[in-house]
Parts: sequence; C-alpha cells; structure tokens
Amino acid sequence: MTTYILRRILLSIPVLFGILFATFALGRLIPGDPCHAILGEKATDVVCDEFIRRHGLDKSIPVQFGYYVNEVAHGDFGRSFRFSKPVTDLLIERLPITVELSIAALFLSIIIGIPLGVISAVRHNSWVDVLTMLWANIGVSMPVFWLGLMLAYVFALALKDTPFQLPPSGRLSPGLITVPFYEVWNLHPTQGTVVFTILDFIGRMNILNGILTSDFALVKDAVTHLILPAFALSTIPMALIARMSRSAMLEVLGQDYIRTARAKGLRQRVVVMKHAFRNALLPLVTVIGLSLGSLLGGAVLTETVFNLSGVGRILYDAITARDYGIVQAFTVVIAIFFVILNLVVDISYAYLDPRIRLS
Amino acid sequence: MSQDIQAIAKLDAEGLSLQSVSLWNVTMRRVLRRKSAIVGMIILGVLIFVALTAQWLAPYDPVKSMLDVKNYSGTVQKRLPPCIHIFGCPRDQPQHILGLDGNIRDEFSRLLYGSRLSLTIGLATVSFAIVIGTVLGALSGYLGGWVDNTIMRVMDVLLAFPSLLLAIAIVSVLGPGLINALLAIGIVSIPTYARVVRASVLSVREMDFVSASRALGGDMTQILFRRILPNALTPLIVQGTLGIATAILDAAALSFLGLGAQPPTPEWGAMLGAERNQVFTAPHLVFFPGVAIALTVLSFNLLGDGLRDALDPRLAHAS
Repeated sequence: MTTYILRRILLSIPVLFGILFATFALGRLIPGDPCHAILGEKATDVVCDEFIRRHGLDKSIPVQFGYYVNEVAHGDFGRSFRFSKPVTDLLIERLPITVELSIAALFLSIIIGIPLGVISAVRHNSWVDVLTMLWANIGVSMPVFWLGLMLAYVFALALKDTPFQLPPSGRLSPGLITVPFYEVWNLHPTQGTVVFTILDFIGRMNILNGILTSDFALVKDAVTHLILPAFALSTIPMALIARMSRSAMLEVLGQDYIRTARAKGLRQRVVVMKHAFRNALLPLVTVIGLSLGSLLGGAVLTETVFNLSGVGRILYDAITARDYGIVQAFTVVIAIFFVILNLVVDISYAYLDPRIRLS
Repeated sequence: MSQDIQAIAKLDAEGLSLQSVSLWNVTMRRVLRRKSAIVGMIILGVLIFVALTAQWLAPYDPVKSMLDVKNYSGTVQKRLPPCIHIFGCPRDQPQHILGLDGNIRDEFSRLLYGSRLSLTIGLATVSFAIVIGTVLGALSGYLGGWVDNTIMRVMDVLLAFPSLLLAIAIVSVLGPGLINALLAIGIVSIPTYARVVRASVLSVREMDFVSASRALGGDMTQILFRRILPNALTPLIVQGTLGIATAILDAAALSFLGLGAQPPTPEWGAMLGAERNQVFTAPHLVFFPGVAIALTVLSFNLLGDGLRDALDPRLAHAS
C-alpha cells in the first residue's frame, strides 16, 4: 500500500508542474505587456519598472517560470489591483464560502442520489426507476445558472409568505453578525500565523462556525440561505451519482453470490445493503470524487446567481474587471486542489479494492 | 446482434440472396428500439428544422427593436409579458408569443434564431476537438515512447482543471467573444477524444491485419487512417454526441457570464444572462431560453446514450 501511495504521489508531480506551467503561460499570453494588463489603470512607468523588477520580467522565460513557481510555493499570488489587497488574503476570505457551498451540494447529491440509484436498481423497470432515470437525464441537461434563477423565483417570489419561502440571495439575513468561534472560545491567535489562517478559514464557514459557537438561530438562518444554491449546484452530481449507483447495483445484483444469499433465505434488506451495496460502492467513490471538479466549476455560476461572495463570484468580478492576477491565482489553486482530490480518490480506491494496489 | 445473425442464417438457409448488414443499419435498428433515443432524435429533428427555417418562422427580426419596425402598431413596452390573442391579449395588440425583452425585441424570434447558434456551437467545438484529439491520440498510441508520454502528460494537465474553469481562464486571456469561447471549450475537450482514440489505436495496433498492412509496405499515414482509425469511429461518435451536449452547456455558461456571445447576438445563454436581474419582474425572459438550452442538451444526451448502448459491444443486448 505504501509503495502504491508513493508511486501515485510521484506521478502527480509532473501534472502539478504542468498546471503551474499552463497558468504561467496563460499569464504570458495576455495581449499587451503584463504590467499594464495586470495593474490596469494604476500602471505608471515607475510602478511598471518596479513590477517588472519584482516579477523578474526582464529575465529569460525559464528564470521567470522559476520565479513564478517560487512565488506560488510561498503562497504569494501578488496583489489584486481591484481589491487592493494580496490575492492570498482574498483566497482565505472567499474560499470558505465556496467550500461550504460545495460540501453542502455534495452532501445533498449523495443523500438523495445514492438511495434513488439503489432503489431504481432493486426495482428495475418500475415507475421509480423510470422517474429516476428521467430526472437524471434532465438533471445533467439543465444549465445550473438557469435552475438557480428559477429556484429563486419559485421559492422567494411564488411561495412568498408560505412556510416554504426561502431567501434568494446572500449568506445571512441583514442584521445578523457572526462572531468567529475562536473569539467566543477566548483563543487569541496572532494574526498572520498559520494557526490563525486555519482558524479564520473555519470561522468563515457560517454553519460550522454557528455550530461551534452554539448559535443555532444563526445556523438556521445560514442553512435557509444555503438550501437553494446548494440544491441548484447539486443537480448534476446528483444525477451522475444516481445513474452510477443504479448501474453498479444492477451489475452486482445480477451476480451468483447474490442469488446464493437469497437462496440462504436472507432478507431483501440484508442482501441489498450488506451483500450488494458494499460492492457497488467502488465506482461510486470515483464519481463522487470527480464530481467535486464539476462542483467547483458550477460554483462560479451558482455564486453569481445567488450573490454569494465566494471564489466563483470573485472570479466573475475579476474577469469583468480584467484582474488577471486573481483569475490566474484561483485557477492554479483550484487545479492543485483538484489534483490532490484525484490523488485521494485513487488512494481510497486502492484501499477499498486490493486488486488495484497489487496489480 | 444474435438476432441479426440468425436472420441472416435463416435467409441463407432458405437459399435467398444474402444481403449485407451494414453497421449503420444495425445501429439504427438498435437505436430505434430505445424510447429515450427516439425522444432525443425527435427533439433534435425539431431543433434542426427550426434552425433551418428560422428566417421564415420568426415573426420579427431577432436583433431589431420594435421601435425600428416599420408600421408597428402595438404599444412599445420593455419586457412586455407574453401576448397571445387566444389567451386574452387585446386584438389590437400585435402578438408576441414569448413577450418582448429588455431591448424591446421579440423574444420568440430571438429564441428561434438562437437554435442556429447553439447547434453550430456544439458541432463546431466538438469537430475541432475531435480533429485535434484524433491526431494527438493516434500519434500517441501508434508511435508510443516519448511522443506518447509527452502528449498524454499534456492531456493529463488539461484534465486536471475543472473544464468550465479552464475555459473561463482561457477566455479571460483571449478576450470575451463567441469565437474565443468556442476555442476555449474546444481546447478543454480535446483530452477526452485523444484518450478515446489512443485507447482504440492501442487495442488494434498489434493485430494481424495491421501487421499485414505493414508487411505489404503501407506507410504510416495509410495504416493509421485506413486500417486503424476506422476502429476508433464508434467510440468517437458516442463521445462526440455526448460532447456536443456538454459543449452547448458550457458555451451557454460562458455567454451567461458575459464571456461568450456578445449583444445583440441572439444566443440563449447571453439572453438569459442579460435579463437575469429581472427574474422577479420578467420571469419569461429567463424561463424560455433556459428551457431551450435544456431541451437541446437533453436531446444530445439521450441520443448519445442510445448510440452508446447500440454501438458498445460490451453492453449486453438483453432487451
């Protein structure tokens, strides 16, 4: 197992370098000189000279790439001219919102998708099966941004003044203030340290922070704000998970040992859950891991629609303002995150299925 | 398959002339056996019909404001809700089945013309990706060695980015616009096709008929294009059909974000994006373009699934 993990980690190093090179190249492909492109209106000759010197833009391309890798390795993505603060600070500020949204969406898609898939496999060709597959087909075909807008219309306007009313935008109702849990707990981490960064990151996820500070009114408010965006974002992974768990279950249910289990007189529930579902889990791990990628892409659209100030929203603002530094930095960070995620998926796959690590 | 073989055997036994059963015939027969694939084909057929006849079907010019329409008799009103005579719209008002948009243009006409763009977008990006992907995948699989390694590592890097995000990054560098958006989506989808082609090339590269071709003195391009690549055709068709669905969805997303088609182009994603802040006051302007996108994407998804079931010999044809 250790050799497998090591080999798998080694294999992802070239990919990481490739990602760095690709984003580096994208940054250099911007028409015009990088100083004016990145700094925009603030680019005076003095500023540009300093900028060129700082990023080593007068050096050769390989040296420039070295500078870039070094900067990224130190978590330095430069400053955003639009927000006039370091891009890294923006990331730490905004990423928790996107992570919270993506986790909520993934959670929804798993707790709805897997049961739907399993039930439609067990009741193959029944109306549940037909409806699930119809929903799965429609789910992957709907534009996320459209579904988000429609949900906002239905739940915020059409169902207004009913118990089903849900807020169409924002993270909390106006007037609610969150107190970071580390202040409630009387921890006083020094700003700028790694510990502070981690605590700050967790504290910015409203639901988690609310639970940690036992402020349940806040948790409830945060959850009602998260339902619509999370649901909109969850449709594609939900459809994929439902389809995948259905086909995996169908395959397993057709095997001899299932017939044996039934012949032994085991109850249907035991056969389905203990004998079949466990073996159908494998391909699901891959689908779930890979859907996180589409979740991150979809988050850009969902955050734009629901006015959530996460990474996606800031990316959108950055594009319209031509703030390339942010676009470049966020692309790198998300791609690296995605590579690590794939690594985790592969390793857990090998852990679940001994045949993979032994081959 | 077995039914077809039995049918042939029966014909043979009866001494009748043996008709050749082409892949096309077999596939069509199998696809037509699936209800979902038929639904997909019907939707797609309607869309193609609409796209081809948009200039006759559309009551108004898709980019012209009602203010510029000669002898326009109705009251000019921004974001007019749908006005249909049989549903009680006053007779003296001209009919607008889907209402007017924020620039006082007929939404229905724009929607009809939008089908042209969406279908073209899907076909263009996927063809681009298939051509480049096929060349890269074929070289990679056939030559092997460092060529294979280099190409496939580059593909790995492309696959390491969430596709929509990479497309956004590429467009933000190239600059917004429909062509750049298409290029970005095309680039992002190359790895899928390169992998498919490489896998099929690898599976037949060492087979006897290829060796025979080589022994007969066939050169590389001839062997690749006439002997090996035809084997990659079926998975490519399936992937391509499903890929068109993704491409249309991604292009709509880019246009929605303002990175794709620019106004006044009647592109569905852009139409939706332009009116998204009016969803509470004029929901029809958001609803209908979204339905159009979803239906188009759905038709390609259903057709692609049907084709996969029909063409993939690994799937059992139990039904």
